Order: sequence, then structure tokens, then C-alpha cells
Amino acid sequence: MKNLLSINDVSRDEAMNILDTAAELQNLTAGTVKKLPTLRGRTIANLFFEDSTRTRLSFEAAAKRLSADVINFSAKGSSVSKGESLKDTAQTLEAMGVDLFVLRHPASGAATSLAESGWVDAHIINAGDGTHEHPTQALLDAFTIRKHHGIGRSDFNGVKVAIVGDIAHSRVARSNVLLLKKFGADVTVIAPPTLIPVGIDSWGVRYSYDFDEELASFDVVMMLRVQLERMNDSFFPNGREYARGYGLDESRLLRLKRDAIVMHPGPMNRGLEISSASADSARSVILEQVANGVIVRMAVLYRSLGGPDIASTGGSL
Amino acid sequence: MNEILLKNAIAIDGSIIDLRIIGTEIAEIGTGLNTGDETIDCTGLRLLPGFVDLHTHLREPGKENAETVLSGSQAAVRGGFTAVSAMANTYPVADSAGVVEQVWRLGKSAGLCDVYPIGAVSAGLEGEKLAEIGAMAQSAARVRVFSDDGKCVSDPLLMRRALEYVKSFGGVIAQHAQEPRLTAGAQMNEGAVASELGLAGWPAMAEESIIARDILIANAVQSRLHICHLSTKGSVEIVRWAKAQGMVVTAEVTPHHLLLTDELARTYDPIYKVNPPLRTMDDVLALRAALADGTIDIVATDHAPHPDEDKECEWASAAFGMVGLESALAIVVTTMIESGLMDWQRLAEVMSYAPAWIGGYEGQGEILTVGSQANLVLVDPHSTWVVDRAALRSRSRNTPFHGTTLTGEVVHTIYRGKIVLRNKEVGSYE
Repeated sequence: MKNLLSINDVSRDEAMNILDTAAELQNLTAGTVKKLPTLRGRTIANLFFEDSTRTRLSFEAAAKRLSADVINFSAKGSSVSKGESLKDTAQTLEAMGVDLFVLRHPASGAATSLAESGWVDAHIINAGDGTHEHPTQALLDAFTIRKHHGIGRSDFNGVKVAIVGDIAHSRVARSNVLLLKKFGADVTVIAPPTLIPVGIDSWGVRYSYDFDEELASFDVVMMLRVQLERMNDSFFPNGREYARGYGLDESRLLRLKRDAIVMHPGPMNRGLEISSASADSARSVILEQVANGVIVRMAVLYRSLGGPDIASTGGSL
Repeated sequence: MNEILLKNAIAIDGSIIDLRIIGTEIAEIGTGLNTGDETIDCTGLRLLPGFVDLHTHLREPGKENAETVLSGSQAAVRGGFTAVSAMANTYPVADSAGVVEQVWRLGKSAGLCDVYPIGAVSAGLEGEKLAEIGAMAQSAARVRVFSDDGKCVSDPLLMRRALEYVKSFGGVIAQHAQEPRLTAGAQMNEGAVASELGLAGWPAMAEESIIARDILIANAVQSRLHICHLSTKGSVEIVRWAKAQGMVVTAEVTPHHLLLTDELARTYDPIYKVNPPLRTMDDVLALRAALADGTIDIVATDHAPHPDEDKECEWASAAFGMVGLESALAIVVTTMIESGLMDWQRLAEVMSYAPAWIGGYEGQGEILTVGSQANLVLVDPHSTWVVDRAALRSRSRNTPFHGTTLTGEVVHTIYRGKIVLRNKEVGSYE
């Protein structure tokens, strides 16, 4: 796997392989020494055209734990619109010896454009492109679900997942839908009609406008961050009304299945899509997602930069 | 006076004819005509009236790195056009007599085809107050078609005023139908593909609602409305309904909307980014049927040149538009003639007679008869060729058809008695 641009490009087996590699890496780095020499001498550039301190730090930690050198480029929004194009920036950094780009960009398809245009030869990992995809988030979410529901290497058949929130504008939702479908999970996306994308029928998932209807049947409830700006564009009237209909508040938390887990990709709007009581409850695996993020991103970097199949090495990297 | 004899050409009705041109006019049509000064063997070639494009972006003044009136004229005659219409969204905007006269004179000095400037409807294309429509109409360029193309005249009152105003000289308003609020930030056709790609959707109803509105306004004030680049099945249905009521409206379709669909956006290659966006196969089939049955009156290229740097970027930052003059005929032959939907008579109507009539372009789109202007094109109807972006005569290379095999190729173009394309080579052959 040279590039990771979209979950669409990853086979079910490759995705499972990434999760297995992550599990091995987690065992190997569980002790006090967290660093492996695997990517020594390789240079990874975090190319961030959009603010995302968390994702950048997660990739940086992952790269450093594999002993890669990391350089960071960040430029946001309008400052890059003229003069500092994606093409020029990537070519400039590649000329400095970059082997792999981790790209975060506000434009959907930016990672695909960089990979398919022939501008650079380096490997490319999509760390979020506009409202398209965020494939490593889906992988780390699947890794987290797998651990909690004791699924192991088998498929996610029968696991019932709700993804709740701004489906229309969420790259996390798109990647998760694709990956969870690949693994055979039963996915329902839930949002007010204004935040369900036109064209949802082609996604192959169920959708609902009612969070409460099947609340007690979900094994996983994945809450999405809601941008408050959306109310200025009349996607919903205000935060209170949104929270009432689609927030995971305490009364909804109490109605969840006993072993259901609560997920959120962060950063959270406490009191909007998720209450503090839910975020901090025993069902919440939100901080585990953060920890798993580093592990899964290590696995992705390892697979991309040509590491052997982890099973064939007997667990030694 | 120069004299040219076209020998053994296939006329629209399928008969084999000779045609003699003297000066700028057709002097004689028959068979076995005596050889003149200059004889062109047209065996196997179809003789058609020179094509007329009602929708062309020539970019001059202001964006000469993308196209000039001269380079656009060269691309036009390569595509068999003897008249093009220069859209108003230049820098400065063609909203005054000075700018339209400049474009008109540049066309004259290029001398390869007629270049008719289109005037802006609103000052600066800002959609707020009328441009100097009367001054442009009375200028040397004699502008008759007005459009804010690239932007919609979204204010219904301004649209009403513009439609009323052009009645005094028989003008026409060509509307770019795009409700701006419904398309804020829009990137591609709204639907399944956009939802998967995470690109902001461009709903069909944003086009259809403006078309419906403007048809009602135009008929209330009894003026002439032309609808640019129809792209949806719903738009076709609205125009079909209006024509059935006896309402006066004309409509165009671009070659690319007759062939390409939004599935191409999956590549995220902005070569496929265009306004209006590529739609679904359902829409494409509806547009083809409408062009064949007369609901859509003309093919217009919406030739929109852009330099490489405006397309070498992520989708959202890229410019909208595709070049189209040099591939238009072949796309129409491939989609409409080869499929049996349309014959050559209808092709002459949609690419020459009707656009010339809508624009009021004298000496263009005439039935080929003795005494009419010698604006002619000779087409090899069976030639298959592969589009090569590097071979385009346009100054820009943004064709979505690079590498595509098409049927039908323009071989010679004659503009007012002058050979401007000979054996596929552009030049002024006196």
C-alpha cells in the first residue's frame, strides 16, 4: 500500500492487516521504551493546509515512535490561496528529501490530486480532505470497536453502529461508512434532514432522522462534531434545538445498551452534540480513540513505507 | 475576384454537387462545372453552411494568456465555425460601446471568421443595474445578444427590465440560469457522486427554477429569451412545456453536456470542472433527445479557455470551463449522427441556421444557394481521430476529450469566400 487516499482503495484484507499490524505495534510499544527503529532515515512531512493540532500531533508521534524524521508545514486558508499552491509546496518539500506526505487539506480530493497528478513521487497519506474522507480516523475507530467488542480478526457482522451528526459535511462519517461496510457492520447514519446528504441512497446504509427510535439497539454510538456555523446557514435553528434532537445527553446515555460504547473523533462541543456526562462516562472510549490513533497511524506509515507483512516477521520489526 | 470551385461535395440532401464561389458569394451550384482558378476535390466530404457559435469565451481583453481573439478565431475555423460570439466576461467587462467595438475590431483584423461581441446585461456583470445596452446596440459592433454569462441575472426585476429594454432593437437576453443562493460554493452536480466525493452539490433545481421564472417573465413582456447551456432533464421538460404553450424561447446545449457525466468527477481532475456541471447519464440522454426533437434549438460550445495553472490544483480551487471549438462537430456527429438520433439537415440547423437567426448574424447560417455568402465547411463524416490537447489551435489546452476517439472531422473552412482552413491547416489562403 503506497498511498492511503480513500477507504475505497483499501481492500478488506489490507484494512484488516493494518489493524493487526497496529495490534502488534501496541504490544511492542506497551513497555517503557515506546520507540522502534523501523523507519530510521526516512523523512515524513506533515503537510497541513488546515488547522488540526490533534491530527498533526498524532501523526508526528506515530512517525517519531518509528524513528522517522518529521518536518512540519502548516499554512491555513487564504494565506496559501495565491502563490503557495499544493503543487509547489509538495514539490519543494520533496526536493528536500521527503519520502511520505501526510496531507490535511480543506479541499475534497486534494490527496487524490496530489497522488494522481504526477507532481511528486513520494507516498501520500490522506489526513483529511475537505468533506471527503479521513481514512486513518476510520481505521482507528474500527480498531477501537474491534477491541471493545472482542471481534478480533473476524468480520463485524451483527455489530450495530450509529453515526450521529453532520453527515453531509463529515469526512469522518464517509470513511467510517466505507470501512464499517467493508467489515460487514450494520450502519445507520442519523441527522436532521438538512444534514443528510442528497444522494445518501447510494451509500448502502440506513439513515434516520430520529435518534431515539432505535437508540437501545446500538452497540456503538459515534457522535460527530457539529460546526456551530451551520446554524448561520439554516441547517438547524440553534444549538439548543440541535442538542435536544441529536445530542447524546444523559437521558439518552441511560437508554443505551449495557455494553454500548460512545465514540467521538474530537474535538468535542460539550453540551451540543455530547454532554459532559456522556463524554466522561464509563461507556466513553474517546480517550482510547486518541491513544489508538497513534498506534493505527504507526501501522499505516509502516505499511505505506514498505514494511513487511507483520505476521511474517513473527512480530519482530 | 478570386474564384474557387468545390468539386463533388455531398450536399445536405445527399446529392453530389459542384459549387463555384466568386468573391464572397456562391456563384453557381450544379454538376460537372468547369474547373476554375482554384479547384478543391471534395469527394467524400459533406458540404455544410459554416458553423455559428453563439457562446464563446475569447478572453480578450484582459486574459490574453488564456486566449486572444486571433487564437480563438484560429480554433474556431479549425472547428468549422465561420462566426463566433465573444462573451462579455472580459477584463474590462464588455459593458460599454468602447469594449465591444474593440473586440469587434480585433475580430476584423484577425479576419478568419466573424466575431460578434455579446454585451453584458448588467454593469460590470454585477447584477445590479443595466449596462449601456443601447450604446452597445448602436455601436459599430451592432450588438444584439446580451448576457452576464458566468453569472446569472438573478434579480427578477433587473431581468424584466433587460428583456423589455432590448425590444426596441430586436435584441435577445441570453441567460446563464443559476440561482446563486442554491449554488453557494457548489462544485459539481448534486447527487450520489457528489455525496460520495464530498464536493458541494449543484442542484438541478437551481438551473430549472431560473429557467421557469425567466420564461414567464419573457412571455409577460413579450421579449426574446435565450437560455444558455441547458444541462438537466428538468430544464428540457420546462422548455418543452413552454414551447407547447406557444411561448417564444430558444435554448442551447453544449457538446460536453451531450457526452460527459458527473462520474468523471471521481478522478478529482478539474479538467472536468465546468459550469453548469456535468450531470447524470439520464440528463445526457434527455438533452440528446431534446436536441433531436427541436426542444433545444442549437449547439453552442461555451468554449472556455484557461491556462494550465488554473487547472493544476485541487478541484475546489480550479477554474470552471473547457475548450470546445475544435471538438464540437465531432462530438455532435459522435453523439447525434452516429447514434441515428439526428440527420445532417438537423445538424446544419443546430450548428448554423438557428444560432445565426438567434444572433441576427447577417450572411451567416444561410441556405446554400446562388447569391448567398460563401460561409462553408467541408466535413469528413467518417474520419475517426483522437483528440490531442497538444494539437489544439486554442491558446489553452483544457479539453476534457484528450485521448478520446471521435468521428467526424472538419477538413476545409471557407469564410466569406476565403479559404481559412485548408486540409485541416489554419491559414489565410488568398
